[in-house]
Amino acid sequence: MSDAIKSANSKQNWPQNYANAASQAKDDRIRSFYQAGCPNPDTPIRDVPLLALDFETTGLEADYHSIVSIGLVPFTLSAIHLGQCWHQIVRPQLPLHQASVTIHGITHSEIEHAPDLEDVLDPLFQHLTGRIPVVHYRNIERPFLNVALQHRLGEQLRFPVIDTMAIEAHLHPNRNPSAWQRLRGQKPISIRLPDSRTRYGLPHYAGHNALIDAIATAELLQAQILHNFSPDTPIGDLWV
Amino acid sequence: MQAELLDIRNHIAQHAPFDEMPEELLERIVSGIEVSYYRAGTQILELHQQNTQLHYIRSGAIEIFRRSGELYNRLGEGDIYGQFGLLRNQKVRFPVKAIEDCLIYKIPLETFQHLWENDENFADFVEIEDHSRLRSVISRQQKSNELMSSKVTRLISRKTVSAPTTVRLQEAARIMTDHGVSALLLMDETGESPRLKGIITDRDLRTRAVTNALPSETPISEIMSEGLITISARSYIFEAMLTMLHNNVHHLPVMEGHEVRGVIALSDIVKYESQSSLYLVSNIYHQKNVLGLKKISRDVRDSFVRMVNEDANSHMIGSAMAGIGRSFSQRLLELGEEKLGPPPVPYCYMALGSMARDEQLVVTDQDNALVLDDSFIPEEHDGYFLALAKFVSDGLAECGYTYCTGDIMATNPKWRQPLKVWKNYFTDWIDNPKAEALLNSNIFFDLDGIHGETRFAEQLKDLIATKASASQRFLTFLARNALNRTPPLGFFRTFVLEEDGKHQKTFNLKRRGTAPVSDLIRVHALACGSRSQNSFERLQDIAKTKLMLGDDAGNLRDALEFISIVRIRHQAIAIEEGREPDNNVRPEDLSPFERSHLKDAFQIVSNAQKFLRFRYNAGGATRNV
Repeated sequence: MSDAIKSANSKQNWPQNYANAASQAKDDRIRSFYQAGCPNPDTPIRDVPLLALDFETTGLEADYHSIVSIGLVPFTLSAIHLGQCWHQIVRPQLPLHQASVTIHGITHSEIEHAPDLEDVLDPLFQHLTGRIPVVHYRNIERPFLNVALQHRLGEQLRFPVIDTMAIEAHLHPNRNPSAWQRLRGQKPISIRLPDSRTRYGLPHYAGHNALIDAIATAELLQAQILHNFSPDTPIGDLWV
Repeated sequence: MQAELLDIRNHIAQHAPFDEMPEELLERIVSGIEVSYYRAGTQILELHQQNTQLHYIRSGAIEIFRRSGELYNRLGEGDIYGQFGLLRNQKVRFPVKAIEDCLIYKIPLETFQHLWENDENFADFVEIEDHSRLRSVISRQQKSNELMSSKVTRLISRKTVSAPTTVRLQEAARIMTDHGVSALLLMDETGESPRLKGIITDRDLRTRAVTNALPSETPISEIMSEGLITISARSYIFEAMLTMLHNNVHHLPVMEGHEVRGVIALSDIVKYESQSSLYLVSNIYHQKNVLGLKKISRDVRDSFVRMVNEDANSHMIGSAMAGIGRSFSQRLLELGEEKLGPPPVPYCYMALGSMARDEQLVVTDQDNALVLDDSFIPEEHDGYFLALAKFVSDGLAECGYTYCTGDIMATNPKWRQPLKVWKNYFTDWIDNPKAEALLNSNIFFDLDGIHGETRFAEQLKDLIATKASASQRFLTFLARNALNRTPPLGFFRTFVLEEDGKHQKTFNLKRRGTAPVSDLIRVHALACGSRSQNSFERLQDIAKTKLMLGDDAGNLRDALEFISIVRIRHQAIAIEEGREPDNNVRPEDLSPFERSHLKDAFQIVSNAQKFLRFRYNAGGATRNV
């Protein structure tokens, strides 16, 4: 059994933070999000409603790049509900680079007809509220969402996430072989989403879009918990 | 359905019964899916647990068990399970366990029922299941048995030890000792490249050289065995096992063309599957008397159950059981000769029926006969052969092979006759066929010489192969008899539906299942001049001719395999539960899986019977299906 995943965020008193933030929130949606509350850190992961979340963006810097599409799927440790999944293309504020277009497979005309993020905040918050987001690599979804919210609503959303990449990093602390080990042919262990999935016998998805990546992330978390933790592992040991 | 879920849709759409489904149904499936991950070793469904979802294996593999805990089936990527419970009361009827890490797509009951009502293919698939599905089930079962999936070359662990045929006895023994081998291959080196000529084994050295006190300078070619039985390097281990069982040899050279790749010994296979039927066979030959044989005959059933649990196919189990029966007979004949002295004239001991066909199971009686040399003089010699026949027959009965109720045994003077009389018997059966007489002599058309002058039996096989195919009348009568026994018409959860509309609580899987199949295969086999005895081998011979249409031979093979396996499992379960095994089955004892596949198999048999009637002009009452 692995011990806790650590970050500056993990030790925060999230239920208290939510309660405080609810009283200060200006936007109704943000207030409802906080009012729905946050589970206590000792809640077993099996009892926590989760939301796998993936953004496709025009680049890696939240301050310079924009969200192009959002994929999400509500799930629990025992079931991922494809019937409740949601995928939305949004119009980025900044020009879409040719390179990102080919990666995401989203065309200019799709983007031209897409709504602004602000127009889809209602359904996005409906999904987020009452669930702990699960992402692969925490430095995309949370910062990009906050820059976008700050820009449109003038406030931000503070919440813990479970990062399946951080879990893999934690499980493979020595994933980068030393010069000596490299010389002897040892390969670094990749913690990218597809490579991590392969280690758990999860299938390869040919498509590349925010929704299938969100589903892939949800499946990966199920596998990670069952292999390395337990359904009884407290959520506080996992979120960052 | 979201376009972004195409990956999931496409995977499902590749696999039956979803592969021909309209788009709207596929979309409905995808948008209802719940995904769950299971680690290898996890119990996915418990017996009697409530389950309201059809499971689709996206990746990984699972095992399905019977109520008794016995392994029932293995499924992998693209397969579905759980449908049988969904069709009835949403209670799990077969526990399921992950044997690899699995990703499962779960389809809710509501969608399942919608598909069931709106897609005929789907409904058929989850309930009726056709013969191609029968085939995939059978090939999957065979893949799971290592003996059937591993090549014989895997057992070759050392370099072949050989010597020229010109070496002397002492030199040969020294080579064997130096290399620590139990068999030495002897090569004819007079040609361009050395050719395998013979073999000498430890046992040969003991029985032929030491016992007869041969001088150490004796040329090895005088005592080596020639006309070797070999096996191709492309064969599977179970084929090597069948060859050893059938020919009672303990060493098999593995050949690649004319080149020897190595030698495998009985002990190699025994090691591979400890306590195998081969081990039992070798033990039979070590027994000194009937009492010893009787003692080890108790292991026959264990060996049978073990093979069933190891997923052996029916050909393998049938051959192994026949091999064991043959070994008991052979050992009893050896003991009989020890007791009564050498035979006054040469003879051949024949096995008939299921033993000759290599299709013996555990519930079996003895069918045998003696073919004597034509120099046989009844007044002088029959006393000996009657005593020998009686010794063997009583011995077999002690070992669990009950006396034949039809008195087809060598103890019956009618079936203890010189070769020329036997030839007359067969000529008469074939040239002047009478329905009644043929019904009783059917069994003689499955024959195998197992001891003594086996060439007598070969001569009878020659006679049958040439004469039978030329006599339309004989084939017509034989076909008519083969239609006497029919498979059940319908097959339901608690009863069998007969042609006259009656419901039966039980039915006989031999009389209504395997026997009609082997009967009709025999007719085609004799019509095409096949010399094979085993039904599967006969089917291979038949398939090479145009006697049957399309892949009918292949379908019949699958049907026979499935019916046989159900029958075999039924008997194995009885043995495990301490009951006396039999052939009477109640449909409710079968799993829905077995029931639905049996239905398919019986349909194939029924069609094959209709074709037989037509092909050999066998007329008679036709059953309308």
